[in-house]
Amino acid sequence: MTKPWSITIASGGKWSGIIGRGKLICFTALEAGANVSIQFYNARDLTERYNMPDTLKAQYTAHLTKGNILMSDNGRAMASFVQDSLGWHDTISGYTSRLATDAKYGATNYQELRNEWLRSGQENFAVELVRSGLGMRDMMPVVNLFSKVSCDLEGKMHFAVDHCPAGAAVTLRTEMDVLMVLSNTPNPLDPREFYPSVPVKLEVLAAEPVHEQDACLNHRAENRRAFENTWEYYELSGF
Amino acid sequence: MGVFNRVESPRKAEEALYNEVVLAGDGWMHELKPGQVLRIVDLEGNQAADTLFYDADNPEDHYSAVATIAGQGNIYLTAGSVLRAESGKELLTIVADTCGRHDTVGGSCSAQSNAVRYAHEKLSMHNCRDTFMLQLAKHDGAYTKRDLAPNVNFFMNVPVTPEGGLKFDDGVSSPGAYVEMQSHGRTMVLISNCPQLNNPCNAYNPTPIRVLIWEK
Repeated sequence: MTKPWSITIASGGKWSGIIGRGKLICFTALEAGANVSIQFYNARDLTERYNMPDTLKAQYTAHLTKGNILMSDNGRAMASFVQDSLGWHDTISGYTSRLATDAKYGATNYQELRNEWLRSGQENFAVELVRSGLGMRDMMPVVNLFSKVSCDLEGKMHFAVDHCPAGAAVTLRTEMDVLMVLSNTPNPLDPREFYPSVPVKLEVLAAEPVHEQDACLNHRAENRRAFENTWEYYELSGF
Repeated sequence: MGVFNRVESPRKAEEALYNEVVLAGDGWMHELKPGQVLRIVDLEGNQAADTLFYDADNPEDHYSAVATIAGQGNIYLTAGSVLRAESGKELLTIVADTCGRHDTVGGSCSAQSNAVRYAHEKLSMHNCRDTFMLQLAKHDGAYTKRDLAPNVNFFMNVPVTPEGGLKFDDGVSSPGAYVEMQSHGRTMVLISNCPQLNNPCNAYNPTPIRVLIWEK
């Protein structure tokens, strides 16, 4: 790519598309309090997808930040967190539903509000999954960029309201050809009573090849084996 | 490490309409009717029973770990926990639990995750996701790999620290400990009795479980 591709996703917006391996996806929160829910699938085999438990247990973490990778259910590195100004992104809280959105923010509809009506993650994902030949059975845990949800010793989940300032930025590097499906809808555990209205900018540009000193490759031995599985997949398939 | 919530059941084993042992490494797939109660017994202690649920009226709607924990605002499952499907639908409620805490963040082992977590050579070892897929294969194509979502690990303890770390602690269960759940509608239950030999989820010693079903 000679120059970055860019798009801004408005609050409530959605996007899906295939992003080839070896690219950087830079996400920037244009205002404070963003949340972008994302699902990842192998673009060449949609039955392979991001696996939250495999990702967390292999890296002994319950949150995602620089150095972490997103692992597929086939033991491969799908994408890497190569830059992160926040230090914590959530992957245990899921996405909003129509019922929960109506219950929390009040029922809205297009008839009355036109494009100001409040979208839900569930519906945004449903539309984009069906577009790619997938469906509700393919709905899985999402990565919630820009959100922090921690757990206390009793297991109670806490959403950090002031976690994401305006300008917060995180960059993922694709290690596979991925179908990325995203929804700019609130984190389900966000306790604020108003629907967050934060546009998020995406830029996609070419990444440098992964070198031997790469922080994500060397984060843990588990990460390296996941990378090796991805490299082997491409060598064998010839993709 | 936190509160363990233990609730005994009034149900008697001799009154169960179904009572079977599932050996370590084996799978079990069975439909619950509305109101039926399923008990899973950890016969020898420290075993992990990896379990998935489907809305039998709409098999594409699988159990959702994150909808379940976000719905209750707590990552651990115990008596009172409502197990939800991906749509948010309530599938079952845990009505008794003598273990007191169950994991649903750690997912199941697979050949590929064993290879990533331990060594490439572990790819050949028996694992839960193979057990799941073998059971799914017996249902005339109604279920596929796409239906494999993150599962419940009954009797397993995967503490999350306030700093966002994740640990695998030794078993919190004991011989004879059980968990009971009542089905709200028709619910398909899929169990892999975990054969994991690389971590303490079953104390490195996979053992049998017992499954019982009551009418109410």
